[in-house]
Amino acid sequence: MQTFAALKKNLKKDYTGLVPLKLALLGDSATQLLSQALRGAAYDEGFDLQIWEADFGQVERQVFDEGSELYAFEPSIVVIFQSAHKLLGTYNKLKPEAFSLLADNRMDLVGNMYSQLKEKLNARIIYYNYTEINDAVFGSYSNKVASSFPFQLRKLNYRLMEFAAATPDFFVCDLSTIQNQYGKSAIFQSSIYINTEMVLSVDTLPEVAVKTLDIIKALNGRFKKCVILDLDNTTWGGIIGDDGLENIQIGSLGIGKAFSEFQYWVKKLQKRGIIVAVCSKNTERIAKEPFEKHPDMVLRLEDIAVFVANWETKVDNIRHIQSILNIGFDSMVFLDDNPFERNIVRENIAGITVPELPEDPAEYLEYLYTLNLFETVSYSGEDAERTKQYQVEAQRAVLQKSFGSEDEFLQSLEMVSVVEPFTKFNTPRVAQLSQRSNQFNLRTVRYTEADIESMADNNAYAPFTFTLVDKFGDNGLICIIILKKESADTLFIETWLMSCRVLKRGMEDFTLNTIVNYAKDNGFAYLKGEYIPTPKNEMVKDHFKKLGFREAGSYWQLDVAAHENKKCFIVKKSNND
Amino acid sequence: MWLHTKTKNVLLLKKATMTREEILQVISKVFADTLDEDNIVLSESSKADDVEGWDSLTHVQLVVAVEKQFKIRFTAKEIQSWKNVGELIDSINSKL
Repeated sequence: MQTFAALKKNLKKDYTGLVPLKLALLGDSATQLLSQALRGAAYDEGFDLQIWEADFGQVERQVFDEGSELYAFEPSIVVIFQSAHKLLGTYNKLKPEAFSLLADNRMDLVGNMYSQLKEKLNARIIYYNYTEINDAVFGSYSNKVASSFPFQLRKLNYRLMEFAAATPDFFVCDLSTIQNQYGKSAIFQSSIYINTEMVLSVDTLPEVAVKTLDIIKALNGRFKKCVILDLDNTTWGGIIGDDGLENIQIGSLGIGKAFSEFQYWVKKLQKRGIIVAVCSKNTERIAKEPFEKHPDMVLRLEDIAVFVANWETKVDNIRHIQSILNIGFDSMVFLDDNPFERNIVRENIAGITVPELPEDPAEYLEYLYTLNLFETVSYSGEDAERTKQYQVEAQRAVLQKSFGSEDEFLQSLEMVSVVEPFTKFNTPRVAQLSQRSNQFNLRTVRYTEADIESMADNNAYAPFTFTLVDKFGDNGLICIIILKKESADTLFIETWLMSCRVLKRGMEDFTLNTIVNYAKDNGFAYLKGEYIPTPKNEMVKDHFKKLGFREAGSYWQLDVAAHENKKCFIVKKSNND
Repeated sequence: MWLHTKTKNVLLLKKATMTREEILQVISKVFADTLDEDNIVLSESSKADDVEGWDSLTHVQLVVAVEKQFKIRFTAKEIQSWKNVGELIDSINSKL
């Protein structure tokens, strides 16, 4: 973690070429140093975070005054920091009969602020939860007294979670976790607080800034999708090739507990949609043995999307894993106990995250917890299916080799696609895919669930979602096209994105046929496309050209009357068929 | 970086017997690092107004950096009380 002084030095650096983002910071305590920490930390992540900071104590005025500087600034992110210390100040001044309403009243305020902000701004709201203060008026007995401050504070944090769970554009930044990890004496300094109204210690500012940026990065499509595991002394204790199946440490043998708990953590990640791959210097048969036969193993072969065990270099093997998964190196985390391997991978694969695991395996988990590697801004049921889909992808690759022609192969897949508009069932997945998809994404517009809901009800938009099922399995919802009625004769392709795992199946042609037919049926003459380059979407640079669009200035245009449906082997289905 | 380590070593050796002049030198280094200004010359009579970059905001950072350097903690009252660097040295001296 950088020091505050180092982050502050970033403020003097050159911000040209960084991604600009406008953020409003509203606090009931002094936030100037936090603002500097945020901008400095954002620099390290490639953002030019332009921060407008409210004078302290102006939270409500800025939010409820429609003519305030906040709304004139038009931020895309609003960070609200109402501190536990100010909350305690509010509580202290209440009449005792109002003590037990503290949490409810604050939640009413939060709800009202959210509605007001969403009405005026197209912004995501990040709200810091409350660090714990036990005012020791009741001792532990406060757990039995609803009017006590600790009771109200914890209730408030719980209600914030409930509110966030039901409110797509409201994100809680977990300040309370930072206090749990570093301790109250580390995150709060009384002498400074008494003199300055600052509630965060200088040393904590980078932690808070980075935790906030984790959310901002995820909102901008930057989060981890895959964890790659070394085996010997990372996934289990000992060396399987030397020690043998009976002697590796897992379960109750030696320090096996540390590895069992580590594996449970990886398994939870896998269940929530993080792809788990193995990269080990081992003979494959021997490396797989514990996964198949050891009774105490938590991870099993079916949890591993790609299993690579051989005597090639880890750099080559991780590149191989990347080529199967088709995701960016910057979305991968590599866990290995060996500092030598870590360094080689770090030096040769730009973007990959390689945590400096502690020497003692007993400390792996607590250390990994502090890194907050797997921040996300969405979660859908489909996430859990991902491992199976990648395993199936490997089977398809084997089958493809046995066919003479591409067409024969595609035909043999028996592909079916369900085409639907946005529905309340697919909204979470649509929002998530718009946030995850970087490579096959023509304009890289990120949508929240709230954005998707509002487009579903808006006649100016014609949204399409596509699933793909084949004889090997269900890929789920893998493509989104959003058409916007730009004029009487033209539909603008505001978004066209697709999951890379269904490349080379004819999905591009199938989706084009679908939208051309929609245009024809609804009396439009032209489809208008645009490619906005990003560091990651070069693969679709010639997308419109390949599909027969003509270049028209910085846009691409297709005359739908002249379009003949392209041959493809995907059968269209709508969900009520 | 090297300078920083060196200052630390001097401190460890001499902590108990530091003169006001030596404390002033260490503080000057801390101020230069924290304010990112190489040409800071402090004297016992220096006030915030005399030093480029020393304002109410950076004051917090300076206090914390000095505390870390000398491994001491100031009270809230002390933080409020200093009228110049000399008085800051008084506070430090009383804790060494």
